[in-house]
Amino acid sequence: MNVAVAVYDVKQDAFAPDSEAAASKRVVVGFGFWVFLLSDIVMFSALFAAYAVLVHATAGSPAGPQLFNQVSVAIQTACLLASSYTCGLMSLAVSAQRRLDTYRFALITFALGAAFLALEIREFAGMIASGATPQTSAFLSAYFTVVGCHGLHVTAGLIWLAVMMAQVAIKGFRPSVDRRLLCFALFWHALDIIWVWLFTAVYLMGVLP
Amino acid sequence: MTDAPYDLAPGDVSIFGRAARMAASGVGIYTIGLVLAVILTATSFWVANTSLLWALGVPMGLVVLAIAQMGVHLVFFLHITTAPDNTNNVLALAFGVLIVFLVVVGSLWIMTDLNTNLMQSAESMNLMQQ
Repeated sequence: MNVAVAVYDVKQDAFAPDSEAAASKRVVVGFGFWVFLLSDIVMFSALFAAYAVLVHATAGSPAGPQLFNQVSVAIQTACLLASSYTCGLMSLAVSAQRRLDTYRFALITFALGAAFLALEIREFAGMIASGATPQTSAFLSAYFTVVGCHGLHVTAGLIWLAVMMAQVAIKGFRPSVDRRLLCFALFWHALDIIWVWLFTAVYLMGVLP
Repeated sequence: MTDAPYDLAPGDVSIFGRAARMAASGVGIYTIGLVLAVILTATSFWVANTSLLWALGVPMGLVVLAIAQMGVHLVFFLHITTAPDNTNNVLALAFGVLIVFLVVVGSLWIMTDLNTNLMQSAESMNLMQQ
């Protein structure tokens, strides 16, 4: 007997509480991805804790006030916040099954995310060129780890968004594609929440006298 | 596919429905969230750069603004509510916040304590040698 079929049968019979229908697959998938995102945030909290512990361990090399450019950080913040907004508008377009609006808002979201990433790479390149590499001090190791990890998540999100647009183009708005788009929107909004803590704890607190 | 009456996926915009009037209210929710987030972000950058505020209170103010902005994102972008259909999402979020709090505050507390104790033991070692 096929195991998958057996599991599916059990789910239908045993897990449905009295008189309540079992949760739809959309709810189960959304909740599962929500739990993944929370565990991802717990991982980020460890990186934040490492940064907070090591922030003064500069080993005589440049610290935050000399390295961080607040104008660049403000533009990055604006890009990511605006892309979170257009991602929400994309979710509404998906819900209404408006294909053209979905493409339009996905394109704006992608462009803003790419602009954010370009600014971050430029900032990293400038710091490394001036000798502030991850090997220079414990502070810089922690800084590049926590900010770089967020940048990698944004990169993964951009690839995911491109793949989802290809799926919308080829497969259309079928339930499986809708569920993936729901998960993508959750992921993108969660990245913005992490960035709120990044610009607060790393950049703004880093330049305080 | 049967829609259960008692559960809602986090971030699900189907609550706004497909009718044009409801979709417009969805745009309104996201726009309110964007405006609030922009105000809070601008305040954060102002607080960090102004000399008008008591300097020792600035980090605490930044943390409060970040928590407020996280709340705005959760409510207006991720549609987390206190409604019964969101209980599972809120419980998972509460557990996540608890773990994050333990990891960050616990690490800072232990490492500060270790630093202090190391300094004290060095002094007492010197005293013993004298």
